[in-house]
Amino acid sequence: MSSSPLPNSPGSPGSPTPSGLSRAEAWRAPLESVLLPIGALLTALFIFGIFCAIAGANPFAVYASIYKAAFGGWSAWQNTLIRAAPLMLTALCTALPARLGLVIIGNEGALVMGGLGAMLVGLGLGTTLPPFAVQLAMGAAGMAAGGLWIMLAGALRHYRGVNETISSLLLNYIAIAFLNHLVEGPLRDSSFITKPSSAELNPANWLGTIPGTRIHFGLFYGLVVCVIAYILIQRTTFGFAARTTGGNIRAAKLAGLPVGKLTLAVCFLGGSAAGLAGMVEIAAVQKRINESLVSNYGYAGILVAFVSRHNPLATVLVAILLGGILASGGILQRSHNLPDATVLVFQGIVFLCVLYSDSLYGKLPWFRADAVSKATL
Amino acid sequence: MPNRPPFPFSVGLSRRQALRGLLATAAFGAATKLSGCTATDTGDSPAGEATGAAGDVVVGFIYVGPKDDFGYNQAHAQGAQAMASVPGIKIIEEASVPETSAVLETMRSMIEIDGATVLFPTSFGYFDPYILELATEFPEVQFFHAGGLYQEGVTPTNVGSYFGYIDEAQYVAGIVAAHTSKTGQLGFVAAKPIPQVLRNINSFTLGAKTINPDATTQVIFTGDWAEPVKEAEATNSLADQGIDVVTCHVDSPKVVIETAEKRGIFSSGYHADQSSLAPKGYLTGAEWDWESIYTFLGQQFVEGKTLMAGDIEHVLRGGLADNFCKLSPYGPAVSEAAQADAEAARAKFLDKSLVIYNGELKDNNGNEILPAGKEYDQQNIALEKMDWLIDGVKGSTGS
Repeated sequence: MSSSPLPNSPGSPGSPTPSGLSRAEAWRAPLESVLLPIGALLTALFIFGIFCAIAGANPFAVYASIYKAAFGGWSAWQNTLIRAAPLMLTALCTALPARLGLVIIGNEGALVMGGLGAMLVGLGLGTTLPPFAVQLAMGAAGMAAGGLWIMLAGALRHYRGVNETISSLLLNYIAIAFLNHLVEGPLRDSSFITKPSSAELNPANWLGTIPGTRIHFGLFYGLVVCVIAYILIQRTTFGFAARTTGGNIRAAKLAGLPVGKLTLAVCFLGGSAAGLAGMVEIAAVQKRINESLVSNYGYAGILVAFVSRHNPLATVLVAILLGGILASGGILQRSHNLPDATVLVFQGIVFLCVLYSDSLYGKLPWFRADAVSKATL
Repeated sequence: MPNRPPFPFSVGLSRRQALRGLLATAAFGAATKLSGCTATDTGDSPAGEATGAAGDVVVGFIYVGPKDDFGYNQAHAQGAQAMASVPGIKIIEEASVPETSAVLETMRSMIEIDGATVLFPTSFGYFDPYILELATEFPEVQFFHAGGLYQEGVTPTNVGSYFGYIDEAQYVAGIVAAHTSKTGQLGFVAAKPIPQVLRNINSFTLGAKTINPDATTQVIFTGDWAEPVKEAEATNSLADQGIDVVTCHVDSPKVVIETAEKRGIFSSGYHADQSSLAPKGYLTGAEWDWESIYTFLGQQFVEGKTLMAGDIEHVLRGGLADNFCKLSPYGPAVSEAAQADAEAARAKFLDKSLVIYNGELKDNNGNEILPAGKEYDQQNIALEKMDWLIDGVKGSTGS
């Protein structure tokens, strides 16, 4: 986990490349990074099938149901995308700092702080401004709150040498406790008795759904932010500096890169993505802030980030995959009488396989540049 | 959606009717169980998405946690199984559904894929905004929610509430606890200081005080519905203080009951029967009796009755007398005298001659709650917004 260089262009085998790069050679690396995850997914399905058979269900019927519930139609797709939307954003909270060599797992806390910041601004502004301006302010507040929260972990790392993984993990608990304190005390709307909650966000300021769907605009935010993050990391000098620092911090310092500033900035950006997810969850789904904001979107985001190998574009795909897995959880229970934890078993198997496949880059004979021929497979 | 006033209306007009129906259907349910007719259970359509046999009413149950949690969800799941034995009912279930957009998707999928026409999203927190949102979108589907949050004229007419005065059972459990306790110090592990929880704490304490006027109940709030570690810590800390009977109001009492048994003190259950977890120390417990309510409602659905047509009351409430709750069988440590007093109190609840909250009552800060001669009957709105702890309770409602 803590290995510092996280290769963004896989397939760089140690052995020297033989002369004369054929077309097949050029395609080898991209093909490897597509086929390996697919192979991992198939392996996972196979293992999960054994699990289902042991649990007394027909694996093939289960596969069919998973497909149908997750991707088998527009309604299923909407279900999947709704679940994927927050994960894209929370994943960036781990993925961006990872490019700098940091392992940040404070996604849940950043999401909570983002939700809180957005809610305070939303409640404070009420209807004094047009809804669009309020939403903008809420988004900015959510991003600022989430960003500052993770920047705290970055600052502790840079200035005090505190392990950022541990500090960001602990910051989660502080954020959740802070949320509970606020909704059970100062922010509590005592007229709402379902659970201790803040007052309701004015309906004018709710984030609606994308026309013609039941998907809220959070999906749109997620996609846009992931693309921006990708461009920022892969196509700008800022991103280059960050990646360089992630590759070798001493070299980066020698090269005169402002490592401290980079650390703080990248942590802020990561946290602000999770903060935005909190804002979306509040403004589009829950409309009040309460303990339900803590529903594992942050922790699931860590998984998404690692599986996508911290590539913001891959994050989108992995989030959709996980969204689909989650969307199929209900059908597994209802149609196959499998226990409610089955979907977690499936999720766990998928992620273990994908993470394991990570270690195979450059090791499988066919993908090795010095492979004699494809026939060796 | 506008803010809701602080309490639901307690419309109790049809409780007699409901009771009669309940008794009839409870007998009916028992008969069908005996005849071994388990109708359409589960998992009988392995290949495809579950759809009911032609004519079956498909009823969806949604739980916030696992179905075997020895607590809130298990109580509902047992009720669902009872409903499944009503001929003409097919139930589908989904467990561990969080109170997020996930429950929206689950409800929608039950309606659209499984053809459910009645939904029981059982967690209290599903109500607002999730149930309200889907109820508006699917006016032909009936939604039933445990918790009495229905408000006439505000809540969509296809939403109904049902809830029990389980504090009556807690009152009786308090009597048993006070009889069994040697120190007169009782303990209560509670999740959150909200009215329903406070009402259980107060009723338990009032029951105990009828036996031992000096009995005290030490309350510890864990802050959340499922906090196993804090629940164990709280139980241990209560035991360390010399408290020898604990009860609780958390989603799953499992940890509290098991910890109490390990510490060699007595325990009183909640939500469901936990006697198997503490064979020595389990005294009794306040249990939901969703089996009878759900069997009754299942029968209504088969007969084609709906909330929208006004055939089913929007608010179904009741206590021990109406089979909304019950007591766990008495454990081995409960004395004859304790059983006699407990049964006497239970009998008074059954004929509705006992009112728990009657003056003079003071809270544990010395403020008067009820003057002498006044009383709050179970339907009283003041009880729905309770924010005080009765004299004899050690603890505070502030978080």
